[in-house]
Amino acid sequence: MSSIAVDAPGDRRAGDSAPTFGQFVSTYVFSKDHKIIGLQFLFSTLIWFLIGGLLALGIRWQLAYPWSTMPVLGPLLFSEEGGQISPEFYTTLFTMHATVMIFFVIIPILAGAFGNYLIPLMIGADDMAFPTLNMLSYWFMWPAFVLISASFFTPPYGAGAGWTSYPTLASIPQASPGSFHAQTLWLMGITFVGVSSMMGSVNYLTTIIQMRAPGMTMFRLPLTIWGMFITAILQAFALPVLTAAGFMQLTDRLFGTGFFTPEHWVVNNGVPVSGGGQTLLWQHLFWFYSHPAVYIMILPAMGMVSDMLACFARKPIFGYKPMVYSISGIAGLGFIVWGHHMFVSGMNPILGMTFMVSTMMIALPSAVKVFNWLGTLWGGRIRFTTPMLFALSFVSMFVIGGLSGIFMAATPVDMFIHDTYFIVAHFHYVLFGGTAMAVFGAVYFWFPKMFGRMMNEPLGKLHFVLTFIFLNGTFYTMHILGAVGFPRRLADPYPYQTFEHLRPMNVFMTWCAIGMVTTQVLFVVNFFVSIFAGPRVGRNPWGANSLEWMAPSPPGHGNFDFQPIVYRGPYEYGSPEVDTDNYPQTQPPPSGGSSDERRSH
Amino acid sequence: MNRTVDRLWSLFFLMVPVLGVGVFVWAMADIYPMQGHWLPENVDEQGGIIDGLFLFILALTGIIFVGTGVALFVFLWRYAASVRSESVAYTHGSHTLEVVWSIIPAATLLFIAIYQMNAWADAKLRRPSVVIDGKREPRPPIAEVTGRQFEWRIRYAGADGAVGTKDDLFTVNELRLPANEEIVLSIKTEDVLHSFFLPNLRIKQDVVPGMKQLVWFRPTRTGSYDIVCAELCGWGHYKMRGRLELMTREAFDAWYRVEFAQQETSSFEPPAAE
Ligand code: HEM
Ligand SMILES: [Cu+2]
Ligand SMILES: [Cu+2]
Repeated sequence: MSSIAVDAPGDRRAGDSAPTFGQFVSTYVFSKDHKIIGLQFLFSTLIWFLIGGLLALGIRWQLAYPWSTMPVLGPLLFSEEGGQISPEFYTTLFTMHATVMIFFVIIPILAGAFGNYLIPLMIGADDMAFPTLNMLSYWFMWPAFVLISASFFTPPYGAGAGWTSYPTLASIPQASPGSFHAQTLWLMGITFVGVSSMMGSVNYLTTIIQMRAPGMTMFRLPLTIWGMFITAILQAFALPVLTAAGFMQLTDRLFGTGFFTPEHWVVNNGVPVSGGGQTLLWQHLFWFYSHPAVYIMILPAMGMVSDMLACFARKPIFGYKPMVYSISGIAGLGFIVWGHHMFVSGMNPILGMTFMVSTMMIALPSAVKVFNWLGTLWGGRIRFTTPMLFALSFVSMFVIGGLSGIFMAATPVDMFIHDTYFIVAHFHYVLFGGTAMAVFGAVYFWFPKMFGRMMNEPLGKLHFVLTFIFLNGTFYTMHILGAVGFPRRLADPYPYQTFEHLRPMNVFMTWCAIGMVTTQVLFVVNFFVSIFAGPRVGRNPWGANSLEWMAPSPPGHGNFDFQPIVYRGPYEYGSPEVDTDNYPQTQPPPSGGSSDERRSH
Repeated sequence: MNRTVDRLWSLFFLMVPVLGVGVFVWAMADIYPMQGHWLPENVDEQGGIIDGLFLFILALTGIIFVGTGVALFVFLWRYAASVRSESVAYTHGSHTLEVVWSIIPAATLLFIAIYQMNAWADAKLRRPSVVIDGKREPRPPIAEVTGRQFEWRIRYAGADGAVGTKDDLFTVNELRLPANEEIVLSIKTEDVLHSFFLPNLRIKQDVVPGMKQLVWFRPTRTGSYDIVCAELCGWGHYKMRGRLELMTREAFDAWYRVEFAQQETSSFEPPAAE
């Protein structure tokens, strides 16, 4: 028996009929179709990715050539200072860089763009459970975009308390007079991001639990979906804490509530804050969200990488269930390790020991995942396509980021390397080397599904090679700086005797960073040209197994032109049951029954 | 052709462990242009233990880094589609392997965790003591360091051993201490978070509004070193730079006498102690 045909519209390409303005708005602007919303997230986040990258170049320029005129960008951004970066503006630069990259790029590109696009397609649903809520989750990003941009441009300087926004610097307006209103706007912006993510996560959870196609058991879900599912759970539990903490800081700033300020605290001859609060409380609340958030920023990427690796190794994923358990384990442990950001904060040192042990333990599921990825490659027939290269680089780079985590988890060592470039190296390896590389891979991988056309492979490979080289040139060296104790967030570290000789290395890193940002032009060109001129493809250009590849490319409204019925997991590559090397989830087994049951393991 | 390209990709990924280890070795070997690109000179008794831990973890993680990197290379080299004609190893995993590669890292990580607890306790829990009148008492702070936007204010306890009394000596951004003695400092902040970072003593402690902290260490030699603020404290964070002068006991006492006499004869009005 083959698949059941249902009457869903097939491909609907632009140009089929000229839409009216109203139709255009409801189809492409205030759309409730998860694919359009996913693409809206994708385009918005890619634009912010560019902005975040340019902000980073500002930081890098200052570290390489302190207090000198920055070419090109300098006169554009800060003409008043003659194109130089002022110390105030430097704090704004790194605050905005991190804010943009975390809240406007990594989190929404994973959950918002790929989560939206892929969840219904991969589970065999026609859309999300709550399409209107879904639409709102995108449009709630816009107040955040506006507020954070406003905060950036609010004179005299934007928000400058770091993405961590620690009180009392952030909570008492007099403590950083240059960011008086900017910091308030920043807090409001972050709140909107939280609301948007919250709406998304409720939707994802419901959709994954309720709307799976017949036969799609939880253990037949692609690991991408597992990543999204666990991420949604993390968001649902952790976000309320951040939102509450954000409101507390907001009222501290606006009404002097003093949640985070001790008794009678006076800063810069400001009014005494009646206080009665605790500065460290913010750090606990903030990291209670933000540690799980680092997994929000990587679990979906891990899932997508798993899918790409299996597809291009033409082999089942090694240890599917251990993979699922380790994602869940990371999520569970992720809630009890937040204190590792606070080892030297003044938190009780004995509590620090506890957090140290749990942090060491969270490296374990990460290791299990790495070993299983390697196991997936073992004995495969590896095709070095562009998405595969990015997926492989994820594995290779994530290992570095995971291992540097162990240094920082060791409390005495963290005493030395906390708030140095060692930390900066660590999170760029997991977030850029890891997540961003996975996202590039995912764009190359799912692009044919999204637009019905291929991206250019040679150009994609060039993009990969250059990005990979420059990325390591920029970030690997940060470990070395960290070993010297080079502090982060310092506008000019060179007057210090300990760091005065480190400028040449910083110059090298800056030029690698410039190379890395410039390389992205290749990606942008490839992306936009391919939308219109890439070679057209059929439903399943990579010979993959999961459901989205059974739908038309691009899928029409309602996704599938037949009712998908699932017979097996998504990783049955090279199965002896069939002659082809892939074995789609919807293909009925030759002898009836489901292949899952005859597994040796 | 395809084969060559696939080979090149494998070698490309081999570069990660090769260059990765190379850069560290290069920096550690102090070779041009990376002289002094490694742990800065250590002048603390406990600092050596922290450095040892750092190097121990570096060795352990280095093994895993090289192991996974080489495994990745070997798999890419051997299992590239262009060099393989036989069908793939159709397997869904292995219980034995999963157990092995869970238990070994778990044991290693637990070992690191327990192994370094002692150093942490020395740094944060076991405050040095002195014997006063035959009784063992916690050693009192020799000075109080106060962070404020954007300087370090230092107040020595003086002869009576208590901070906040008439015989206190005040300095700004200049912390002179006798070497080869147990030093206890009391540190606090007046406005926002700062972090008292002594890179050469491997000491870092945030100072938190409303809290008083203690740090202790035992400098092993004399010399002049940096005091760094390691926690963002506003626009002037980068210039919140102090100097640590480690001197012999005699030199320290002599300096103290002169400074204190000068302070007495000047019109300096000590800030009110709280
Ligand atoms: C192998 C598991 C990991 C361990 C043991 C680990 C450990 C740590 C520790 C101890 C810190 C605090 C360092 C300090 O401030 O002194 C830290 C910081 C950080 N980690 Fe990880 N980490 C791991 C994985 C990850 C992953 C997967 C991500 C993100 C996808 C991540 C993102 C971050 C970020 C963003 C920070 C710095 C936050 C900041 O201070 O601005 N980490 N990590
Ligand atoms: Cu964390
Ligand atoms: Cu500071």
